[in-house]
Amino acid sequence: MSTRTTTSAAELRAIADVVDKFNIPSVKVTGGQRIDMLGVKKEDLPAVWADLNAAGLVSGAAYAKGLRTVKTCVGSDWCRFGTQDSTGLGIKLERLLWGSWTPAKVKLGVSGCPRNCAEATCKDVGVVCVDSGYEIHFAGAAGLEVRKTDLLGNVRTEGEAIAVIAAIVQLYREQGRYLERIWKWAKRIGNDTVREQCLEDRDRRQALYERFLYSQQFAQTDPWAERVAGKDAHEFAPLADLTTARQEALV
Amino acid sequence: MTVTLAATWIDIGPLDAIPRNGARVLKTAMECVAVFRTASDEVYGLRDQCPHKQGPLSQGIVHGHFVTCPLHSWVFDLRTGAVEGPDEGSTPAYPVRVEQGRILLDIAALAGPASA
Ligand code: HEM
Ligand code: SF4
Repeated sequence: MSTRTTTSAAELRAIADVVDKFNIPSVKVTGGQRIDMLGVKKEDLPAVWADLNAAGLVSGAAYAKGLRTVKTCVGSDWCRFGTQDSTGLGIKLERLLWGSWTPAKVKLGVSGCPRNCAEATCKDVGVVCVDSGYEIHFAGAAGLEVRKTDLLGNVRTEGEAIAVIAAIVQLYREQGRYLERIWKWAKRIGNDTVREQCLEDRDRRQALYERFLYSQQFAQTDPWAERVAGKDAHEFAPLADLTTARQEALV
Repeated sequence: MTVTLAATWIDIGPLDAIPRNGARVLKTAMECVAVFRTASDEVYGLRDQCPHKQGPLSQGIVHGHFVTCPLHSWVFDLRTGAVEGPDEGSTPAYPVRVEQGRILLDIAALAGPASA
């Protein structure tokens, strides 16, 4: 789906039309709250991407070691337990972070209260909303290794939560080694160092946040749109097709 | 595309259509052929299918006169289709050559059992 956690009737209709038009054999909801369209023929991909782009659907998050998805619960808009707009924060975080490259994949979750329906406490960075603001958790994992997050600390406003999270990702990008997930990097340099630099030291946090914002200007390109526009066209078309025109020459 | 009349060699496209150290697919009634171009502009053709788990060799990594299958990293000699050790096996190789910037393929080899 697009780079966010919600969808709409128009988007679902566009997806359904593409599935019909290109005979896509399998459609699946992913663990990160996206829609998989599996088994597209490679030669159909540019046309599939063109149709989805035309419906306003943008790809672009997960084609690298980089941001995967930000998983959210419904939060205060629709849940009686919700303390903050977890869906809204998740969308803001995803819009900010998509396309960024990182040493290993980065998964986020935002839950609207400690009941934690978005399972934020097994993510690389997780937010648990509380009445007084936002608990920021980090260094979780749920893959080959399963690891509960550690609490980095609390902030009062959504803006602060966003700045702290971008600072964590930036510090990780600057220090992490290839394939070293956030929890491994944090273990190497120490949770206290991350806390000090991304939460407590305001100047340091702001500098990291600004560096992240600066580099994102160059990172957020939609690889679908580039290929619809003709990039790497040779990747998708055969060199020649002898199945029809040339068949008589073969016998 | 034009059929070269004197032989069974047919023109399947310009050399430029394949990136260096890359490959493109030639679709035929029998099967797909991966046509490779090496860094030094040699051109080779192999059945676009690894004998191990049917990986598309056209999407493998080309290095020297070898290609590594994208699925499980079996390495094929582009000249013969033979798999490098320790894996064993081979995929058919088809005669292709370049003349005046055009890639030619011998369709006689395609029609019958492959030579390699
Ligand atoms: C001239 C020196 C070196 C060369 C040419 C070299 C080459 C390589 C190559 C070709 C790989 C495989 C990459 C792959 O599977 O895609 C590799 C992996 C690796 N190398 Fe080296 N290496 C060198 C030095 C070192 C040193 C000094 C260390 C550690 C102190 C090291 C640690 C590793 C590790 C841990 C991996 C596995 C990485 C992974 O699993 O992704 N290498 N190296
Ligand atoms: S985490 Fe809390 S706010 Fe979110 S859906 Fe669950 S109970 Fe509701």
